Amino acid sequence: MTTPAPTRGRALRARSGRPPWILLVPALLGVAFLVLPLLGLLVSTPWATMGARITDPAVLSALWLSLSTATAATAVCLVLGVPLAWLLARADFPGRRLVRALVTVPLVIPPVVGGVALLLVLGRNGLLGRHLDAWFGLTLPFTTAAVVIAQVFVAMPFLVVSVEGALRGVDARFEEAAATLGANRTTVFARVTLPMVLPGVGAGAALCWARALGEFGATITFAGNFPGTTQTMPLAVYMAMQRDPEAAVVLSLVLLIVSLAVLAGLRGRWT
Amino acid sequence: MTTNDGRRAPAPRPGADVPALDARLRLARGDFTLDVTLEVAEGEVLALLGPNGAGKSSALRALAGLVPLTDGHVRVGGRDETTTPVERRPVGVVFQDYLLFRHMSALDNVAFGPRCQGLSKAVARARAAELLEGMDLSAQARSRPGRLSGGQAQRVALARALAVRPRLLLLDEPMAALDASTRVDVRARLRHLLEDFDGAAVLVTHDPLDAMVLADRVAVVESGRIVQQGTPAEVARRPRTPYVARLVGLNLFRGTAEGTEVTVDRRDARAPWVVHVHEPHEGEVLVAFPPRAVALYADRPHGSPRNLWRLTVDGVERFGDQVRVHLVGPMPLSADISPAALAELGLVPGAPVWAAVKAAEAECYPG
Repeated sequence: MTTPAPTRGRALRARSGRPPWILLVPALLGVAFLVLPLLGLLVSTPWATMGARITDPAVLSALWLSLSTATAATAVCLVLGVPLAWLLARADFPGRRLVRALVTVPLVIPPVVGGVALLLVLGRNGLLGRHLDAWFGLTLPFTTAAVVIAQVFVAMPFLVVSVEGALRGVDARFEEAAATLGANRTTVFARVTLPMVLPGVGAGAALCWARALGEFGATITFAGNFPGTTQTMPLAVYMAMQRDPEAAVVLSLVLLIVSLAVLAGLRGRWT
Repeated sequence: MTTNDGRRAPAPRPGADVPALDARLRLARGDFTLDVTLEVAEGEVLALLGPNGAGKSSALRALAGLVPLTDGHVRVGGRDETTTPVERRPVGVVFQDYLLFRHMSALDNVAFGPRCQGLSKAVARARAAELLEGMDLSAQARSRPGRLSGGQAQRVALARALAVRPRLLLLDEPMAALDASTRVDVRARLRHLLEDFDGAAVLVTHDPLDAMVLADRVAVVESGRIVQQGTPAEVARRPRTPYVARLVGLNLFRGTAEGTEVTVDRRDARAPWVVHVHEPHEGEVLVAFPPRAVALYADRPHGSPRNLWRLTVDGVERFGDQVRVHLVGPMPLSADISPAALAELGLVPGAPVWAAVKAAEAECYPG
């Protein structure tokens, strides 16, 4: 006969549903830390003048610029980032780890530095910008296109990392099954792999869009701060803070509501 | 190339000059090597039966072109396909857990292959619908794979593999994803559907019952080699390795025959162990007999049967409506007795017992 392991009092005690305080207290502090500033924003909002301020053409133009550039940047990120993620997840080539590390660099460098780097490469006298100017008469800095480029630079890693993770999670045997049915690699990707990672692509696109919407440092460095062409909402908030804090509060609230609304909409669909 | 509209005429089984599949598969991976030669006729189903890790799935993947061969060849219908990429091989595969595309309906899963072969959407869907109808799945055509039962999913997977009109059909553990309660029906049905396929079929399984029911011929694979090949009846009656004997539930001994006396090979040559058989043989032989041919006695029986051994009970387990008694001693044996006999004999582990086998029950064949 085998003897059962000696029972200890602790093992017999019914487990209570309450999490231990050593985890609970920091967790609640964390929630408070994240939520309180947003509550502060709501509390300080000048509700009386809200309507007039929101419909201010300058606000509307900044809002429109933000939404359209963030959306355009997300589209560019999808077109370039999904294939890049596929390459990192599926293709085997020398230096893949290096490429992956380089791709995630924009995640860790300060956006302002990214803006400076973009200026050095794509600026009128930059390494590439010089030729763009000479050959096509194309000047990127301080245009709306520059806003999109700055956003793509900082936001694309979010999409690539998210989609690559999703691709790694896909059972590659489905791709083999498709191949045995006569599908070439392009068909396998379009008809089998992509539909299977769609939730990951959606989540990545949402993250990417949110990051683009909030972009500040690279934008102000590379695209400048011109109302109507490059002054996005975050820039407008910062400018307003200098002279009219109440306006800054209103703008911030608008930005908060718009991003929450879009992310909530996407969440319902993709997660 | 078949040009008929999906309904395949029963193929003439033997007789074709070129085998439908002629393959020698050599794969080296680390210190594991697979080296098997397979020949399958038109309309024949070959089962690769073996334990996990024996290399049978690797063989299947090599036939499909999913892993490159280290050496050897794959010829389908006389055409060399050794270096043909996966997507252009005349091969259909039913994968272990079917791997149906979850984002597509059953119909679109089946139409996927024909679409990849360049057929228009309408033609591909028509072919798919016809295949599904032939498998009694018309009602499920619009369903997503998640809503299908195990047996239905298996038939959709089979339909999907057949939709590309393969000359070689590969099935990887087709019964493994099913629960025990549905297996009997699904197995019988799969047997029926496989009979309609006129190309070569290779089936991989670790379950001897699947191999016996579904296949015309069984090849037993152990450690990357084929150790025995034959019809299910041959394999079941005359196993050649301890693994096969265990699978088909027989006691198996290897030895040297002199007339009707077989001296079993043992490490301890000083105490020879002799089995008497019915037919005389000479030289290396195998002796097999079923556990139900073994009679157990508490006391030495009268009339002295020709094969009588003093053994020790090692363990007892339920086996259908019988009880299987594992015996150890000079040679390990299994015996099936009734529960009543077990109670009467009072067999507990460690108890001594007499085991008798009639010579007529012991099948002897060249080893």
